[in-house]
Amino acid sequence: MATTRTTIQVEIKRQSTPDGKATTEKFEVPYRPNMNITSLLGEIALNPTTITGQATTPVTYDSNCLEEICGSCAMLINGKARMACSALVDKLEQPIRLAPLSKFPVVRDLAVDRSVLFENLKAVKAWVPIDGTYDLGAAPRQFPQIQEERYPLSNCISCTICMEVCPQFNDVTGFVGAATIAQAKLFNMDPAGAVLKEERLRALAGDGGVQECGFAQNCVQACPKQLPLTEAISDMSRDVFVQQVKDFFTR
Amino acid sequence: MAATPRIIVVGGGLAGLSAVIKIAEAGGKVDLFSIVPVKRSHSVCAQGGINAAKDLKGEGDSVLKHFDDTIYGGDFLANQTPVKQMTAQGPAIIDLLDRMGVPFNRTPEGLLDFRRFGGTLYQRTAFAGATTGQQLLYALDEQVRRHEADGKVTKYEGWEFLSAVLDDNGVCRGISAMDLRTMEVRTFPADAIIICTGGNGAIFGKSTNSVVCTGSAQSALYQQGAYYANGEFIQVHPTAIPGEDKLRLMSESARGEGGRVWVPRDRSDKRVAKSIPEADRYYFLEERYPKYGNLVPRDIATREIFKIVYEDKMGIDGQPMVYLDLTHLPKERLHKLEGILEIYEKFVGDDPREVPMKIFPGVHYTMGGLWVDFEQQTNIPGVFAAGEADYSIHGANRLGANSLLSCIYAGLLSGPNAVAYAKSLPAQVGDGGHAAELKRQLEKNNVLLTSTGTENPFKLWRELGDSMTKHCTIVRYNAGLDEADAKLVELLARYKNINLSDKSQWANTSFAFTRNLGNMLELARVIVQGARLRDESRGAHYKPDFPNRDDEKFLKTTKAAYVDGAPQISYEEVDISHIKPRPRVYSSS
Repeated sequence: MATTRTTIQVEIKRQSTPDGKATTEKFEVPYRPNMNITSLLGEIALNPTTITGQATTPVTYDSNCLEEICGSCAMLINGKARMACSALVDKLEQPIRLAPLSKFPVVRDLAVDRSVLFENLKAVKAWVPIDGTYDLGAAPRQFPQIQEERYPLSNCISCTICMEVCPQFNDVTGFVGAATIAQAKLFNMDPAGAVLKEERLRALAGDGGVQECGFAQNCVQACPKQLPLTEAISDMSRDVFVQQVKDFFTR
Repeated sequence: MAATPRIIVVGGGLAGLSAVIKIAEAGGKVDLFSIVPVKRSHSVCAQGGINAAKDLKGEGDSVLKHFDDTIYGGDFLANQTPVKQMTAQGPAIIDLLDRMGVPFNRTPEGLLDFRRFGGTLYQRTAFAGATTGQQLLYALDEQVRRHEADGKVTKYEGWEFLSAVLDDNGVCRGISAMDLRTMEVRTFPADAIIICTGGNGAIFGKSTNSVVCTGSAQSALYQQGAYYANGEFIQVHPTAIPGEDKLRLMSESARGEGGRVWVPRDRSDKRVAKSIPEADRYYFLEERYPKYGNLVPRDIATREIFKIVYEDKMGIDGQPMVYLDLTHLPKERLHKLEGILEIYEKFVGDDPREVPMKIFPGVHYTMGGLWVDFEQQTNIPGVFAAGEADYSIHGANRLGANSLLSCIYAGLLSGPNAVAYAKSLPAQVGDGGHAAELKRQLEKNNVLLTSTGTENPFKLWRELGDSMTKHCTIVRYNAGLDEADAKLVELLARYKNINLSDKSQWANTSFAFTRNLGNMLELARVIVQGARLRDESRGAHYKPDFPNRDDEKFLKTTKAAYVDGAPQISYEEVDISHIKPRPRVYSSS
């Protein structure tokens, strides 16, 4: 099919300001094999004209690495939350429909504000509280099995797709989302990071915490980096519960 | 000066974050500026690992051998004293990262695992799967977030550095920057600034670099009087996946874990790669470099692949591609490479565990950069630089897995040095040049926004990339370089005739890009002219008409100054106080 095609049909939901009205613009872009969505958007910037010949502006969207490791270019592609760089045009049904993620404030066009995730990471103290950067010698030894369990969690690219697809991630629940819970587990598993374990668990207790998860399992299916998110949530649910019981009797 | 020094760090990759942590630890106030949320910086793309001679494999490795490999790998162009210091600190830097929780791969005994990389015979590279840069960046990002939560760091994410604010004496008193949402331009006061803005791959159009790697900040400072050094030294990585929008890196760790580069011996061989028997495969790196094999330094591997394709006409199916074969590797080894195997699978569609990958060299790393002294300070007082944005450490060619080390090393060094400088800085007179700089930047914006020309900035960029890639990468000829410079002069003229299809003042990414484009064009001239004048071959800089290294004339750092709107090139002696330059030969067995 790809060989005979000469153009690509695209429909892009656009919005010039956060409060502006959303409109849809249609484009027809010259086809080349092996294009991805980011190169398609680059093609529009070279000639920002709609299908009806109307002059428009290049499309605003977040992107950086273009190899699915920086986490910037998440958007809705044919209704599905995914990374634009790894979405290959040859594998998409046309017209290709692009829209911004729906659960974050739109900045402009396909760019949204996802800073809430970074705030959540502060709340669960997703770091190892090292004494200092001066030379304090080697870290504790760590068996490969621990590394094997930590490494996949550390692959989270903060794209927020897990939050976008989660039915519980909304203004009513205030749910922190799967990514933050997975990071809490990552640092609780670190030999030195575990010193803040209780604080992290308390931060994930109560409203908006791990209990809000409804086990829809959308997150684990949508995650572009295949993080074991549901496993992390269930582990943390258990740890949070144990911590709550402990706190009930001792605090 | 103020009781608490106020430092601005520009760029939130490994170098910038390292500097921020050191300053926060020393009690300073830091403002961190980054175009993207710092966790999305280009350091995240580094794959294979980070070098440090910890000698945990009982091979007799030492920091002095790491030092020698780095100097030799850089073809003796790097100043030796900073390299010696960096390699000496390597082991402690690895320990620090380990303490921060980086999930480095482990041996069964729970110690750090190491793999071999290019340009060395030792297993010296610590790694976290094949996404080491990502893991290191995250660890530093987390530490910075901790200091941010404590109120020691203020992040300005989504702000782009435009220029330094210089007072009447040419001393730095802050920066001007633009908010990429509101498009507001402001100046920010600082006692010292540290530029950690990475490389300039975007000048070559398609590269392995991220979108933000334009070199714009370095170029702006060069136009303000900073020297730009060794601009002509651009690393072209031997193994990248050719792509429509970028060249995706296929890490050297693929070869470190045993990957082999080959082409069919018979150029008309049409068989499927896997069905071609061993005897009919030409493992050209292994045959030509028996000692180092597939792990010769990058400049050499890149030239060999280029020659196989363009001189020997042996590219796969006549195309500019060769095989990088991992299909023979055992599962445990493939497991350590998963991150990069996924990239290939996702973007090409083939499974590299089953089918040999098809790769070709791609522009990858900027060895040159802002000239700095051994304290990481540029020639503009109060402007420091660290990481890929500075020129130190790598000389004429960078060894694989030395970049993560050099970025962190320089970041850790520049932070305290900036604080020490700030503490002895005399108080500023008047407004320190803030009003004048703000006015200058607003005028620049106004020129672009009111321009009624016909040139599309993205088309100019494409022409820039095509010309630079053609004339100024793997093989360079003086006639081609002259042609490239003429092209740059033409593009600079056409840039004045720009037409912005978007003149709005909200999240206008094409406007921000157009500003960068002007800086890219100016910096491209530094690269081209440095290459034009260097009539020798050294490291990544290769001229067939001058095939030998010429220490007498060119064992020198190239320094470009911006004079009357063009680069003026001068040369500076290289520090060779520790290792006597010797011929660089990897082919002996």
